[in-house]
Amino acid sequence: MTSATDTTPAPKTSRKGVRILQDLLTRPRAAFGLFIIVLMVGAAVFAPWIMPHDPFEQSFDGLSLVGAPLPPGGDFLLGTDLLGRDLASRLILGTRTSLIIGVLANGIAILLGAGVGITAGYFGGWVGAILMRFTDLMMAFPALLLAIVLAAIFQPSLLIVALVIAMVNWVQMARVIYTETRSLAERDFITVQRALGAGHLRILLKHLLPHLLSSIVVFGTLGISTTVLLEATLSFLGVGVQPPMPSWGNIIFENQTYFSTAPWLVFIPGSAILLLALAFNLVGDALRDILDPTLKGRH
Amino acid sequence: MNQPVLTVRDLSVQVATPSGAKMVLEGLSFDLRAGETLCLAGESGSGKSMTALAIMGLLPKPMCRIAGGSVKLGETELVGLSDAGYRQIRTARVAMIFQEPMTSLNPLMTVQQQLSETLLEHGACTRAEAPGRALQLLRDVQLTEPDRRLKQYPHELSGGMRQRVMIAIALACDPEVLIADEPTTALDVTVQAEILDLIRDLQRDHGTAVLMITHDMGVVAEMADRVVILRHGCEVESAPVRDLFAAPQSAYAQELLAAVPRLGSAPPRPAKPQGPTVLKVDDLTVRFDVTGGLLNRVTARVHAVEGVSFDIRAGETLALVGESGCGKSTIGKALLGLVPWQGSVLVNGRQTRGMGPARLKPVRRDIQMVFQDPGASLDSRMTVGDQVAEPLLIHGLASGSELTDRTEHLFRRVGLSPDMMARYPHEFSGGQRQRINIARALSLSPKLIVADESVSALDVSVQAQVLGLLQEIQDEDGLAFLFISHDMAVIEQVADQVMVMRLGQVVEEGARDAVLRDPRHAYTRRLLSAVPVPDPTQLRHERIETESLGSPIWPAGQGPEKLHLNAVAPDHRVAV
Repeated sequence: MTSATDTTPAPKTSRKGVRILQDLLTRPRAAFGLFIIVLMVGAAVFAPWIMPHDPFEQSFDGLSLVGAPLPPGGDFLLGTDLLGRDLASRLILGTRTSLIIGVLANGIAILLGAGVGITAGYFGGWVGAILMRFTDLMMAFPALLLAIVLAAIFQPSLLIVALVIAMVNWVQMARVIYTETRSLAERDFITVQRALGAGHLRILLKHLLPHLLSSIVVFGTLGISTTVLLEATLSFLGVGVQPPMPSWGNIIFENQTYFSTAPWLVFIPGSAILLLALAFNLVGDALRDILDPTLKGRH
Repeated sequence: MNQPVLTVRDLSVQVATPSGAKMVLEGLSFDLRAGETLCLAGESGSGKSMTALAIMGLLPKPMCRIAGGSVKLGETELVGLSDAGYRQIRTARVAMIFQEPMTSLNPLMTVQQQLSETLLEHGACTRAEAPGRALQLLRDVQLTEPDRRLKQYPHELSGGMRQRVMIAIALACDPEVLIADEPTTALDVTVQAEILDLIRDLQRDHGTAVLMITHDMGVVAEMADRVVILRHGCEVESAPVRDLFAAPQSAYAQELLAAVPRLGSAPPRPAKPQGPTVLKVDDLTVRFDVTGGLLNRVTARVHAVEGVSFDIRAGETLALVGESGCGKSTIGKALLGLVPWQGSVLVNGRQTRGMGPARLKPVRRDIQMVFQDPGASLDSRMTVGDQVAEPLLIHGLASGSELTDRTEHLFRRVGLSPDMMARYPHEFSGGQRQRINIARALSLSPKLIVADESVSALDVSVQAQVLGLLQEIQDEDGLAFLFISHDMAVIEQVADQVMVMRLGQVVEEGARDAVLRDPRHAYTRRLLSAVPVPDPTQLRHERIETESLGSPIWPAGQGPEKLHLNAVAPDHRVAV
């Protein structure tokens, strides 16, 4: 209830950011999510120092006598993969790729999708028609095929993979935001702004965007897991992250042949993806509640 | 005296809120006898709708629950009845009609399907008999062309027709009790009069007991035998209708009745010095295209406003009155450039025809608008202080501490404390929100304010306060108002000049007393006679029936015949 009774004039951006952060930390679920995110970012940044083994090295004792991967425990904390490389180290290094892909690709998808959706929804007319028909066209195109074509044209690199994924994922966001903007733009408080002579940019950013944030946040966080998995699919097809560079997705795909005999090789990176998506989802959910003043003071 | 059909004793309803359970209805008791009409009257939040929902077993779960008391329908106890038990009762013995007939009907089913469904569900007739019974029901509710209506969908019917269908469904099984929750609030005044007549006729023929829920004391006076006045979930006064209106006992009832605007009772408007003309509208026309066909060609046009002309002087209030769809709100929007229009509009001497948003911006300082729904016209994500300050920022008129000072001044001006600036709209009541809207409209110091049904959504006591505020602002600043409303009693209180519109054209215009006290056009007379009179002793006006309104939609290339206004007196013109 702290901010509900706060009657001082709202300080601008920087202090508002601090307030939101404080509010986030008072919510247990959001704090947990934030903790996971910080942990993963830490792992990605400090990967070279915290990896117990060389993630690319095939250890002599990394495979059993019959050539099977080693189970978790002993020298290799999380076991080894099918080539006898340390899974823990590959997972830590993979955090880099997955986090970059997850955040970057998803971020581009959100910006593009929300941008197209809000513009088309607010302006309507021929601007809206052209933008939304283009969106429909992208939607009708098989996503994977598009990704393969794009990845084949450009030399695969982390940035290109992120861009390719964003190109595939932005359409759903655009659709959702478009529909919502359409109904919001008809509402009285937007008409009032037009009557006051407010410019388009002011209406879009100060009055429409805050109302769309909850949808953006929900779709944005849901998109993280799809993004990481799409990256895995691309890697599996050879147009994503190039081996031997690890990512959570390609660890799963490389090792899926061992699924019945060495299930941890799929479960451990799978859980990492789940945890990442969950963490963003928890923070996103709380962020949505914090930004809605009618829900203030309710946890 | 016959036995009561519905007995309510000590009924209490609780609602779960974030800060714990809250009583929204406490210890309500009343009896309802066959053939009688009991009105539950009160302002918003008085718990009157909660009572209806509690009786019907329709309280939203799990937030609401009946905390105590008993509701007896004949010998059957309804509190604690199972869902299956309630299904036997609803519609068969207690039926309900709601405020909004469009949302209460299923848009994907024809009228006949919806009537038959109800009849068959309760075993009122066999499948073979259903169409015949449905037709008979529509005849009972006096729907025109009942055979054709049976095959129609709700969207093809007007609001009044839909409410008739709702009543037909409610009466399908000849219930003992009919609960009507604000059945005419969403309807035009002439349609309201027809629906109230219908309910009264049906009640007489069937001996149904009616529990009517309304905020409108005029409706109470016309319909009720007895009245229960509620406030904050508690009964304030319960009395026969004549006693209540003649001598209200409780202070609240006295206040409530005093706040009701009574048509014909407003004091004469003070004579004002002739100010300069702030708005001159000439031959304003607004048409909306209806496109269709393969090539998306214009097949028809909605002639929303057709050749309307008027002037408003500083310090003067022009009231635009008419029923829904007559184009009165469209005029307001056209003046602010929110819809495309033709004709000539001079704001403070400046021609605004053909201006784009950029050139229109300085004009907007002189003309501002206050909308009907005070909640919807505020941005729920922004503090009210920021919203009142925003017009000053948009027009670059103030910044920094000057901006804060001016915003504080505006808050005081409309009777709010500047401490409230950091709050969000949901923390305010409806009346306070409308004050905030007024403050925002005033921030640019306009010459003219377009008030589009600005008090229609407010309770009567709040309505009186907001009207008082508007009058005060006008007296102080010499502001001109274009007051758009469907409520004749409110118009009478505020207007200097009145314009009556029908189907986009003016049928009568002139000084307030000329138009309202000496109406010459049949339509004006019909509007005035339909207004419910908040006095049960007064005989109801003779209703003047006229042909149906017609439609403002014309095929492309055609249009309505232009009406010419003839002067019948100085400052009083009537269409021939």
